[in-house]
Amino acid sequence: MELVLALGIGVLTAAGVWLLLRPRTFQVIIGLSLLGYAVNLFIFAMGRLRSGSPPVLRGEGHVDPAAYADPVPQALVLTAIVISFALTALFLVVLLTSRGITGSDHIDGREPGE
Amino acid sequence: MTDWQDHLIVVPVVLPLIAAASMLLLKEQRYGLKAMISLCCLIALVGVAFVLLHEASVGGPAGDDTARIYNLGSWSAPFGITLVADRLSTLMLALTATLAAGGLLFAFARWDRAGPRFHALYLLLIMGVNGAVLTGDLFNLFVFFEVMLAASYGLLLHGSGERRVRAGLGYVAINLTASLFFLIGVSLIYGVTGALNMADIADRIATIPSQDRAMFHIGCAILGVAFLVKAAAWPLGFWLPGAYAAASAPVAAVFAILSKVGVYVIIRLSTLLFGAEAGASTGFGDLWLLSAGVATVVFGAAGMVASRRLEQAAGYAVMVSSGTVLAIAGTASPDALGGALFYMAASTLAAGALFLIAEILARGEDQAVSPEDAVFDDEYDDPFAADDVHEVGRILPASTAFLGGAFILAGLVTVSLPPLAGFAGKLSIFVALLSGDGVLSGASWTLVGVLTLSSFAALIALTRFGVAGFWRREDAAPHKVRSPEFLAIGGLVLCCLWLSIGAAAGLTYGEKTGEWLASPRTYINEVLGAGS
Repeated sequence: MELVLALGIGVLTAAGVWLLLRPRTFQVIIGLSLLGYAVNLFIFAMGRLRSGSPPVLRGEGHVDPAAYADPVPQALVLTAIVISFALTALFLVVLLTSRGITGSDHIDGREPGE
Repeated sequence: MTDWQDHLIVVPVVLPLIAAASMLLLKEQRYGLKAMISLCCLIALVGVAFVLLHEASVGGPAGDDTARIYNLGSWSAPFGITLVADRLSTLMLALTATLAAGGLLFAFARWDRAGPRFHALYLLLIMGVNGAVLTGDLFNLFVFFEVMLAASYGLLLHGSGERRVRAGLGYVAINLTASLFFLIGVSLIYGVTGALNMADIADRIATIPSQDRAMFHIGCAILGVAFLVKAAAWPLGFWLPGAYAAASAPVAAVFAILSKVGVYVIIRLSTLLFGAEAGASTGFGDLWLLSAGVATVVFGAAGMVASRRLEQAAGYAVMVSSGTVLAIAGTASPDALGGALFYMAASTLAAGALFLIAEILARGEDQAVSPEDAVFDDEYDDPFAADDVHEVGRILPASTAFLGGAFILAGLVTVSLPPLAGFAGKLSIFVALLSGDGVLSGASWTLVGVLTLSSFAALIALTRFGVAGFWRREDAAPHKVRSPEFLAIGGLVLCCLWLSIGAAAGLTYGEKTGEWLASPRTYINEVLGAGS
C-alpha cells in the first residue's frame, strides 16, 4: 500500500509540475489541480497509513487510541480540499476573463511571436 | 483585564467579518452606507489594536510584557485553536489597521465605485491579515492566509482592465502554488511532531528523535519557501512589482502589508521554533534568511533605480523593506530585530503613501494606455481659468505643494535619511549589528554596506521621480487632490512623522519586542498553560 500511495503522489506531482510550467492557461489550471490532489494525498499519508481502523472513537470509558487512525490529517485534508476547490474555481474565472479580454489563452496574454 | 476585555482579542477577526457579511445584504448602489460601515469598522479596529498593543506590553503580572491568550470555543491550547496577542502580533494589528484606514479613505474619492463589492473584499482582506497575525495554530494560519489571499485576488482585479487581469493571472497562479508548499510543510511538521499549535511544536522540538529531525527541518524549509514567496524574497518575489503596480492605488497601498505578513510569520516561527531551547535545531535557516534578505535588498534597490513609474518603484521599495527585515531576522540578534521592526512599521506606512501619491501623479499621463480611462473621464479638466495660467510668479498650487511635501516625507522614510523614522530604525539596526558579540562580523559589515547602498539607490530613484513629478511647466494643470485623498495621504505621512517624533518610545517598544521574541518560553507557557 505504501508503494502504491507513494507512486500515486509521485506521478500526480510530476504531471502537475510539468503542466504548471506549460504556456497555456488551461494546462496551468489542470497542473494546479493535479498538484492539489498530490498534496491532499500527502497530508493524508502524514497521518500514517492504517487499514481497517476508524478515525472516530467508539464506546464509553477508556479506549485504546492505538486501534484508531489519526483523525487530524483527515480533517486537514477536508479543509484543504474545500479551499483549493474554491480557489481553483476563482482562478478559472480569472483565466476565462483573461481569455476574453486578450483573445489568447497564452499565460502572457498574447501569442508567442506576436 | 476584566472579562469583556478578554474578548477584545477576537474582535479584529470577527468585526470585519460581520461588517463584510452585512454589506452583502445591501444593494450595490448604496456606496455611502457601505463606506460608513467600513470606516467605522476600521476606526474601531485601530482603537482595538492599540488597546491590545498597550496590554501586550504592560499587561504582565509585574507590569511587563505578556502574551494574551484567547481560546476559541474554550478548547484549551493543544486541542483547540488559540489566538495569541503578544507584542509582535499586536504591532502587526496596529500597522494593518492604520494602513488600511489610509487606503480606505483614499478609496472614498472614487476607487470604491470602480467595481463591485470593494468594501466587502477590503474588510475580508483585513480580517485575513488580522487572523493570520493573531492565530497560534499552523493550520489555522493556512486558513487565514487563504482568506486573505482570496480577498486579495478579488481586490487586485478591482477596476478591471487588461493589465490587471494579466497581472492577476500570474499573481493567483504563484500564490496557489505557494499555498501547496504551505500545506506540504505543515503536514510534514505534523507528521514528525504530532502537533499543529506553534507553542506545542516549540515545546516538543528538543525531544524530536535525531532520525526524524532532518524530516522536521525539511518540513520547516518547505514552509519557509511558502512564506518567502509571500514576503517576495529573492528569487521568489519577481511577481510583486508587476502585480502591485497593476493594482488600483488603495489596493496597492494595503497590499504593502501582505508581504509583511509573510515576514511576520517567518520572524514568529524562526524565533519560536529555532531559538536557544531548540536543541540541535537552534539557528536553523538563519544563514538562508540572511542571504535571501541581502539578495532581496540588492534586487529591490536595483529595481527601484530601473523603474520608470513611481508605483513600480514603490513595489520595489516594499521588497527592500521586506528584505531588510528578513536579513535582520537571519542575524538572530534581538536588538537588531527590534530596530528592524520599527523600520518595518515606518517603511510600510511610507510605501503605502508612495503608492497613493503615485496614482495622483499618474493621472493625466499616458491616458491612451490607462486602464481607468472610462471610469474617470471627468478628472482631467483644467480647474483653472485660461487667463491666470501664464501669470509670472504664480503661487504654487496648494495641491502640488501638499503632494510634494508628502512625497518628500514618505521618500525620506523610504530612503532612511535623517531626521525621520526610517533613519532611526536603520541606525538602531546598525548600532546593534556592529556592537553585537554573537554576530559574525563579516556578515554584519556586509549587511551594513548593502543596507547603506540600498538607501543610496533609493535616494537616486526617488529624486528622479520627484523631479519628473513636481518640477512641471507652469502651464501644466496642477494636480487635483480630492479631500478624502488629501486626508489619506496626509494621515499616512502624519503617522510616519508621529513615529519619527516618538522614535524613542517606538524603538524601546521594538527592542523589548526583540528581547521578548528571543526568549519564547513565556509565550509557550502562556499558550499551553492557559485554561489548565
